[in-house]
Amino acid sequence: MMLLVLSEHAVPAAGGGHGELDVMGAVFVFMLATFIGLMVIQRVSRLLHTPLMSLTNAISAIAVVGAIIVSAGKDYPGYITALGLVAIFCSTTNIVSGFLITDRMLKMFKKQGGGAK
Amino acid sequence: MSAETLVQLLYLVSTALFILSLKWMSDPETARKGVFSGVGAMTLAVAGTLTGVLATGGTHYWWILGAFALGAAVGYPLAQVPLTAVPQRTALSHAFGGLAAGLVGTAKFFLYYGQKNEAALTPFIVVALVAEILLGFLTFTGSILAAGKLQEVKWIPQRPVTYPGQNASNLALFALALALGVALVLHPLAPWAPWAFGGIILLSLAFGVLLIIPIGGADMPTVISILNAYAGLSAVAMGFVLNNKLLITAGALDGSSGLILSVIMCKAMNRSFFNVLFGAFGQTTTAGAEGEAKAYKSDTTESAAMVMEQANLVVIVPGYGMAVAQAQHKVREVYDLLKKKGVTVKFAIHPVAGRMPGHMNVLLAEAEIPYDDLVEMDEINGDMPQADVVLVIGANDVVNPAARSDKNSPIYGMPIIDADKARAVYAIKRSKAPGFAGIDNELYFLDKTFMLFGDAKAVMGELARKLAGESGH
Repeated sequence: MMLLVLSEHAVPAAGGGHGELDVMGAVFVFMLATFIGLMVIQRVSRLLHTPLMSLTNAISAIAVVGAIIVSAGKDYPGYITALGLVAIFCSTTNIVSGFLITDRMLKMFKKQGGGAK
Repeated sequence: MSAETLVQLLYLVSTALFILSLKWMSDPETARKGVFSGVGAMTLAVAGTLTGVLATGGTHYWWILGAFALGAAVGYPLAQVPLTAVPQRTALSHAFGGLAAGLVGTAKFFLYYGQKNEAALTPFIVVALVAEILLGFLTFTGSILAAGKLQEVKWIPQRPVTYPGQNASNLALFALALALGVALVLHPLAPWAPWAFGGIILLSLAFGVLLIIPIGGADMPTVISILNAYAGLSAVAMGFVLNNKLLITAGALDGSSGLILSVIMCKAMNRSFFNVLFGAFGQTTTAGAEGEAKAYKSDTTESAAMVMEQANLVVIVPGYGMAVAQAQHKVREVYDLLKKKGVTVKFAIHPVAGRMPGHMNVLLAEAEIPYDDLVEMDEINGDMPQADVVLVIGANDVVNPAARSDKNSPIYGMPIIDADKARAVYAIKRSKAPGFAGIDNELYFLDKTFMLFGDAKAVMGELARKLAGESGH
């Protein structure tokens, strides 16, 4: 059904959530996600604010989704593909370094007498 | 099940995992689970996107794979930097995030423009596109500059750069960008539209620079948090453009994280959020006008060690100086030796100590100091009068009593760690010059304060030797 809608547009569709645009739906999702985010983040221990930031670095690299969609489009002009590929590179850098360094930092947090030798 | 349904299902699970990932960060015990959950979420997101692309006949898969491989090759070493370099790494990472969002937005606009796709360029989409590239490119240059300042790159001025009419000219440029944006929304397919779009890109790149040059090192925690929020919001805008709920959700989570951290940092420096948003936070520092030369009392590490041995409670206040000197491992030695002698040792952590939120905690955790002994400012301040010794290591403004008493001080009203209420204070300081903000610190001139001049690492090392020597024989 969604795929049908796509082919009706002149846009050479390259999938990934490219359904019919539902502005209010999108805004609702944004509002709810922001509230969830605020509530969840408020409870993050202050000890962990640096790892939190590197974790959210990795999460914001979700831009990779858009980058893939742009890069993979068929019959797109070459420079569009190039822009998308650079964006994939940037996002992947953040995904890899963000998750790795977060884990590296978190491993260091130890409780009194807990395992630390 | 159609491919599109499968994609949406994968996205749905991915979103849930992202939320859980952040939820598990509430406690150091579960935090690592949060990372795994985040990795799972990202994997599903990529898998879902590739599924969708495959189903609708995408191409360039080898190129995409290549971009992934190159990104991973650069990302891996970036994760291995020493922990003192984490603020720079974080800023650099914001830059990459901003650039990715900006590039995708640019690609989308020129794609639609090239197709003369009136149906796609609705006012809502164009507004989202403009927001995406504005936030994306601003975050890009701003974060590069912030990373350069943190890394102390030579050609980037460390000191805040201010000039007359700074806010006015910034506002004028912003109004220009806004006008171009409005014109684009009204006529997205006009022949001049690509120029207007390009103009907005250039202005955004300029904003990033203009917003960061007036910032000094002490304001970096706030700035990094704000850039974090911008990077998230640009992902949200991309989600609106692509009508992708996963992008909207993940971006909003990132944005709210940056927002909360910025608010915490602002409160910890007694600055209003608006004050910071408009970039007025790099106030020129008023140099201590009073010419009266006060005298420091310096002391030897030997007597400092003796006093600390006798104490019941020693509170250590770390600051950026500890990070610069890489003194955390020596701090750990002193901590161990004092503990062995039955002294209670706690660390007092000010929210803006260091160059990013939580900076001190990570460094001390790296030195394997158990996190139960890292105490937040609000919790430890009640205990300060009971502290026999406060040892200040490379911290300055966060222990300056002028914040409580001196209405003319630039830091007046900022919550501080009440080091002056302890029975005795030892402060390690690199030189006799005033601290970063250029403000004299009254704490150093109190009767009960003794200075230990020198590099934090060297002084702590000496202190450790003195403590060890006396117990050993």
